[in-house]
Amino acid sequence: MEPVLFGILSVAALAGGVGVIASRNPVHSAIALLAVLWSLAVLYFLLLAPFVAVLQIFLYAGAILVLFLFVIMLVHGHPLAHTGEKLVWQRPLAVVLSALLVLFLSYASIHGLTSPRASPGENFGTVQEVGRALFTTYLLPFELASVILLVAIVAAVVLGKPVPRGAETLPRPPREERPLIPAGTREGKA
Amino acid sequence: MSTSWYLLLSAALFTLGLFGVLVRRNALILFMSIELMLNAVNLSFVALSRHMDDLAGQIAVFFVFVVAAAEVVVGLAMIVEIVRSRATVDIDDINLLKG
Repeated sequence: MEPVLFGILSVAALAGGVGVIASRNPVHSAIALLAVLWSLAVLYFLLLAPFVAVLQIFLYAGAILVLFLFVIMLVHGHPLAHTGEKLVWQRPLAVVLSALLVLFLSYASIHGLTSPRASPGENFGTVQEVGRALFTTYLLPFELASVILLVAIVAAVVLGKPVPRGAETLPRPPREERPLIPAGTREGKA
Repeated sequence: MSTSWYLLLSAALFTLGLFGVLVRRNALILFMSIELMLNAVNLSFVALSRHMDDLAGQIAVFFVFVVAAAEVVVGLAMIVEIVRSRATVDIDDINLLKG
């Protein structure tokens, strides 16, 4: 059962991964990312981690991906004036480096495990067990995580605040260097 | 079934994400590639947690989720702000810090 499911899910995850980096339209990338996230969530169930699996679906496939889609919606109206590749050697170098990395990681994955897989304990990975560990052994990091989330919320609010007219901190790019937004669009959108 | 298979899948997904970061110029797709890498690492955390019968791996995934959520919120807010002021999501055009 496990090998069959793993085969199907890993093919789905890899196809999704290729889709994320290969599609021209960011919306298609987001949908491909959704495929990856769901395949991994089912793999987490196979690996006796139901808490992580459910969190993956709620948090990633639910919250983060919806945020992505919102931003794509906001940004999509602006045409992507593509200027062509500025660093011609970047793509071949990326292929070589990625190939080296995947070779190294595969070697480590195959030869790195010295002991066989342990048989899991009675309650391994249940929500009760994970919750107990989070609120006892890992209590301090757990509380610090809430601080990180608070900082993120404050940062998002501050970044999202409209800039008062005439007080923009970023200098506009020179007109001859880059096509700017057509006059009037900005005021119309904001 | 051996844990190595899970680690191999994780390695492949991580490399795909890295390749995306290296070759794509669209800031949104760049972010999704970073998410891909984070998910690959999560998979190896969970697989090794199962391998060693140790919950610490699953706890680590929980914290990766927290950091990923914070990163996405701040990063996407920055992208929206950049689009507002410069009308581009092409990272080659966002070069004000270039010396």
